[in-house]
Amino acid sequence: MSSVDVSTGVSADVLVEVTDLTVGFGSLRAVDGLSFTLEKGAALGLVGESGSGKSTVASALLGLHRGTGADVGGSVRVAGIDVQEASDADLGRLRGGKAAMVFQDPLSSLDPYYAIGDQIAEVYRVHARVSRRAARARAVDVLDRVGIPDALRRSRSRPHEFSGGMRQRALIAMALACEPELLIADEPTTALDVTVQAQILDLLHTLREETGLGLLLVTHDVGVAAESVDEILVMRHGRAVEHGPVGTVLGAPAETYTQDLLGAVPRVDARRVRSEGSSGSSPEASSAAPEVVLEATGLRREFGRGKRAFAAVDDVSLTVHRGETLGIVGESGSGKTTLGRMLVGLLKPTAGEIKPGGGVRPDVQMVFQDPVSSLNPRRSVGESIADPLRARGERDEGRIRARVRELLERVGLEGAHYDRYPHEFSGGQRQRVGIARALAADPRVIVCDEPVSALDVTTQAQVVALLGELQRELGLALVFVAHDLAVVRQVSDRVAVMRRGRIVEQGPADEVYDSPQDPYTKELLAAVPALDPEVAAQRRAVRRELATA
Amino acid sequence: MSEALVASQAAGTDVSVPAASGARQFWRRLRAQRAALVAAAVVALLVLVALAAPLLTAIEGQDPFTYHPSLIDSARGGVPTGSFGGITGDHWLGVEPQTGRDLFARLVYGARVSLGVALGATVVQVLIGVVVGVAAALGSRWVDQLLSRLTEIIVAMPLMIMSLALLAIVPSSFPRPLLVALVIGLIAWGNTAKIVRAQTLTLKQLDYVSAARLSGWGTWRIARRELLPGLAAPVITYAALLVPMNITVEAALSFLGVGVKPPTPSWGQMLTAADVWYQAAPQYLLLPAGALFVTVLSLTVLGDGIRTALDPRAASRLRIGTGRKGEAKADASTKGASGKDAGTKGDVRTEGATTKSTNSKEATS
Amino acid sequence: MSGFGGFVLRRGVGTVITLLAISVIVYVVFFVTPGNVAQITCGPRCSPEQVHQVAQQLRLDDPLYLRYWHFLQGILVGQDYSTGTSVEHCSAPCLGLSYQGDQQVTQLILAKLPVSLSLVFGAMVLWLILGVGTGVLSAWRRGRFTERLLTGITLAGVATPVFVIGLVLMIVVCGQLQLLPFPQYVSLTDDPEQWAWNLLLPWLSLALIEAATFARLTRASMLETLAEDHIRTFRAYGVGERSIIGRHALRGAFAPIIALNANNVGSAVGGAVLTETLFGLPGIGQELVHAVNVVDLPVVVGMVLVIGFFVVIANAVADVLYAVADRRVVLA
Repeated sequence: MSSVDVSTGVSADVLVEVTDLTVGFGSLRAVDGLSFTLEKGAALGLVGESGSGKSTVASALLGLHRGTGADVGGSVRVAGIDVQEASDADLGRLRGGKAAMVFQDPLSSLDPYYAIGDQIAEVYRVHARVSRRAARARAVDVLDRVGIPDALRRSRSRPHEFSGGMRQRALIAMALACEPELLIADEPTTALDVTVQAQILDLLHTLREETGLGLLLVTHDVGVAAESVDEILVMRHGRAVEHGPVGTVLGAPAETYTQDLLGAVPRVDARRVRSEGSSGSSPEASSAAPEVVLEATGLRREFGRGKRAFAAVDDVSLTVHRGETLGIVGESGSGKTTLGRMLVGLLKPTAGEIKPGGGVRPDVQMVFQDPVSSLNPRRSVGESIADPLRARGERDEGRIRARVRELLERVGLEGAHYDRYPHEFSGGQRQRVGIARALAADPRVIVCDEPVSALDVTTQAQVVALLGELQRELGLALVFVAHDLAVVRQVSDRVAVMRRGRIVEQGPADEVYDSPQDPYTKELLAAVPALDPEVAAQRRAVRRELATA
Repeated sequence: MSEALVASQAAGTDVSVPAASGARQFWRRLRAQRAALVAAAVVALLVLVALAAPLLTAIEGQDPFTYHPSLIDSARGGVPTGSFGGITGDHWLGVEPQTGRDLFARLVYGARVSLGVALGATVVQVLIGVVVGVAAALGSRWVDQLLSRLTEIIVAMPLMIMSLALLAIVPSSFPRPLLVALVIGLIAWGNTAKIVRAQTLTLKQLDYVSAARLSGWGTWRIARRELLPGLAAPVITYAALLVPMNITVEAALSFLGVGVKPPTPSWGQMLTAADVWYQAAPQYLLLPAGALFVTVLSLTVLGDGIRTALDPRAASRLRIGTGRKGEAKADASTKGASGKDAGTKGDVRTEGATTKSTNSKEATS
Repeated sequence: MSGFGGFVLRRGVGTVITLLAISVIVYVVFFVTPGNVAQITCGPRCSPEQVHQVAQQLRLDDPLYLRYWHFLQGILVGQDYSTGTSVEHCSAPCLGLSYQGDQQVTQLILAKLPVSLSLVFGAMVLWLILGVGTGVLSAWRRGRFTERLLTGITLAGVATPVFVIGLVLMIVVCGQLQLLPFPQYVSLTDDPEQWAWNLLLPWLSLALIEAATFARLTRASMLETLAEDHIRTFRAYGVGERSIIGRHALRGAFAPIIALNANNVGSAVGGAVLTETLFGLPGIGQELVHAVNVVDLPVVVGMVLVIGFFVVIANAVADVLYAVADRRVVLA
């Protein structure tokens, strides 16, 4: 708290001034006594894990809590307007006119029924007294400005006809339409692929350089903040933990929480560290050729029929050895999840062969992405974990309970949790339950499909560590499917990069990451946000080169 | 389902957080709605009246079938003698014109027919709907095509018209109320089947069903343990809407003279001649119409309440911004409490969404 | 656009299949009932000669598929009937002959159709205006007294059967207050003003209950849309409540309203039967009830098919409209 820097400059230069802000929903305090200022043209990143109250702050800047029953205390001044005291008309002028917001999910943030250009024009006409035609021309203008090709024609398309990145550009165009002084971006790239994320962050950077726009960036991703802002404010439980220039906070964090947070962030340029205990099981240490536990050749999977048929996975071959981790990395639509589901037997390949094959089998298990839907809400977690035991024919209740308790304890939960229900657990705990259920079948291979992508970064690190431990102890082979290049590097011995259903590059993790051969792999690696602002600037330069090349 | 309930209730005792048990939360949420509680009380009363109809009429000392020619003034076209439609200590609500049958007895026995037929029809609709819907969702592509096409055809059949026509050709020796229930049930199961199919397809996509498959269970066991409990909520919700609808249909058919036939009493039938006799005494219109109105209204309100209790998320979505302070705050605080979930869900990348859409594509094609 | 054309084509083929299937089901159910079909068809008062004649006309000696084929042929190209002495031609679409007065079913239906169409379409206009209007008003005034009042009224409306509303309206308006005469159908082409005045009460009785259903749906889908992310976007850009309700929230309710309207054509037709019977309007519904009561099977079957035809067509049209209202449907 002490490090919060309330520098009061000349008030004319202050764009945002938040003093002692509290926002409460009933008994819950989402924001608890937060203060900060943002000068004109500056960029501040609000960084925190889920539940830290960072998005609530963003909404409070535009007075979006008015009329929702939330208790808002303290004062918020944006572009000279006191948001708490302002009349509805003044608030209307502030929203969009002086401060514009860009939201996380660009698909749901636009009206599905109207053309993009019309929506931008509608917003523009709220703030500028112009004709419909002029507003429409302005919409095409700003769409062109944010890099939408053939803006006039595309302005007539509706949101679902745009790709995710294009939609986010359109939202940014909407924000630019009224030439605001402040842009509030609430997780603007969280729903996007890493290469698209890089494009959007670059766009924001360029716009700031050109227009002198102030930026308040809300994100859970420290890397995204490092790429885009000058100052960082780390939030936890609605309070500020640490506030300062990017280089200082990320380079030499003063607070323990910030240190822990940064320690948990996986780094794409750090080699995998195997603890010394791993003697025989790691492939590079063993002299004999490691046993192959799963082998796929020429896998292909099509969806749809006739004209609409497309191959989600096309001619993929891979082998998994005992005790190793194969990382499969790719962006959305790359077919990695389909591949994972074929490997465990949940999906039948259209062509190709998996050994050992024959549908689902106990020795290949899966850990799922979504900790909410992967456990039946109507059954106790113990019962879910006991499923493989019962299915195998175990009838002795005492033995089942004992084994499930043992598994629960093994994954870091308590044996007494047997009778509890999924909703009583946090996301990370539920993911541990999912791991225990997979272990109950005594598998040789576990396919993990985005096992940590729904988790906060600190929880993510714990779950990844747990998987590593189990692997060493039980000699498990892991297939780790993920979009996050840094996480994959953290856990993998070998890596396969997927794009449009095919593996474009495959090899030992360090080779692939340190000297990528395929241009797509290079592009992916260049797009990963860096924690160091200087590295970030270098990467941005590399991206520009790749784009022009 | 019952197993899970017992287990969860046992679990509920030692944990501070309310158990996941559908039933417990359901009752808590239903109790929170005053209108639904009142409606439930009225429905309970109606059911009680229907069950106790013989007892009630015995107390009155009448039955619904005996003619009382002595109470009818045939000179005036069959109007009951005496004022207010022949209300006396013996005939609490008066007697029917022309026949002189006791009105109170016919009204309470009418409740039996009304509720009985509606419930019977609902049971038939739900049974067929669930079997067809689940079979379509879990069966092969051909089974799905066939059953879905059949469902489409059934949905396209106008219920009133078809039942009107069907009831005309069945010999009158068949017990009429049972027949009406069967006809309504056999014609109007299409929407139930559609809802069940859609819900089953959604549930089938869930990871916990995949996990159950990976643990080695067969299709039947997965359907029973993982899918059917998830169907309970939407099926109950829809069935609660079907009951008042069926009551209306039965009353309409009987009103037209093709549903339940005399001498069996039915509210719809009692209204048939109401436009002629209401001037003699208003209760010929008001009693059956009021009984129908109260029954359908309370069942509808109860149905809404059940839906709110079973799907609080949908309900709170509908209540957002209603400005009723207590409720708005309660909503906000539950949202806050589940905010962590919302947050983590939000952080899920689009990969999940795209796979889901491809999977559902596969399911529909 | 080719995707959309393909969608319409697929939907059209589906509609034809559904219509054929309905005709098979209806034919089988009504003409293959256990017992003496000729006797049931002809009615209880027929003489043995008449029954024999009916049996011939229905070709009861032919196998089932042939009989159905003739029936279908009659609908598609017409058919000749021998009525003992003379041969009567029944041109397509021929639905057979009525046994009460030897009239052609098609003619009978055509004569009654204008009444029923006047009733249903007039009522539809009324319920869409009333229902959607009430729904929009409730969504706009959400949380206020207006909303609660309207919610109560619509709930009462949903709970009141068509014939109860009709009865009460007729008794109160025509009987007690004598504001209007008891309705008598006057053709639109004869006297449009009288047509409307006489149909006013039937329209209201049929429309009120449907309007209540639409009001509930409109309110619910608008409130649902209001809770969606894109509404938050427009709020965050200072767009006013009027535009948010009237432009964005209402637009989200279009597709559900269209779907419900199609879904409700069936129930509205059922309501029309009740309304016609109640008010003595000489439409298809009244004729159907009459035919059912005297067990005139060719008329019953003809009516059911014609009404089924309208319902299926309405559903198909609604599906296409739905796809226009929500283009994403076509892509799915």
